[in-house]
Amino acid sequence: MASNAAVPFWRAAGMTYITYSNICANLVRNCLKEPYKAEALTREKVHFSIATWNDGKPEKPVLRSDTPED
Amino acid sequence: MIRRVASSFLRRPVLALSRTSVRPLSTDLPAAPSADAAFVEAWRKAVPNIEPPKTPLSFMQPRLPTPSSIPTRLTVNFVLPYASELSHKEVDMVIIPATTGQMGVLPGHVSTIAELKPGVLSVHEGNDVTKYFISSGFAFIHANSYADIIAVEAVPVGHIDAALVQKGLVEFTQKLSSASSDLEKAEAQIGVDVYSALNSALSG
Repeated sequence: MASNAAVPFWRAAGMTYITYSNICANLVRNCLKEPYKAEALTREKVHFSIATWNDGKPEKPVLRSDTPED
Repeated sequence: MIRRVASSFLRRPVLALSRTSVRPLSTDLPAAPSADAAFVEAWRKAVPNIEPPKTPLSFMQPRLPTPSSIPTRLTVNFVLPYASELSHKEVDMVIIPATTGQMGVLPGHVSTIAELKPGVLSVHEGNDVTKYFISSGFAFIHANSYADIIAVEAVPVGHIDAALVQKGLVEFTQKLSSASSDLEKAEAQIGVDVYSALNSALSG
């Protein structure tokens, strides 16, 4: 049985398929013509709030609304 | 009475386990039943007045069985995370950009699971050809001439801006030559691949 022959270059560099796929999708979205590009970027916008916990108590949550740039 | 029903609940998983060990290939299975007959029977005996609860299996549409003669058209489901581009569309042929090369899929194609690379998907129906540029994804071709194509991002080729593509290609080629760590090299290589594919999609 072949032992994991020829892994793709991104996996050999330690990247997972999801990361690879998201990078490809972002590159494609950034190459669109104007109305479509704005639509795509607003569609993919993420907003999240991060709260770090210390000694069992949450600190003040940080609100982020990064455009997804992996 | 409740204990009897509970024991019939417990019995089911064991049956399922023994069934999977001798399961034939999924291409030869008849259409899956939409409800477990043994469970429904046990329920009706224990609780005759209430309808048996619906299981997830009864909400799913069973896969159509493989017809004995090759159908004339291919049924395509092309989905994206945010929209369903084509749903049960009957076409003559699709050409998918698999990692092993452009693959033409006709009705009666052998069951295949193909990983897609950034490239052009063309859907042929009579004399019309619709082309989409796919960023990456998978294509599942089933024995009953159904093709499920899933992609993260798919745009009609007409929506791509040529100037941005050229700029990106130059930028990533330069990044590739100046990259140091493995990860940077991989990212630059991905960029070069995607932009070259975009380039050939625009010109091809």
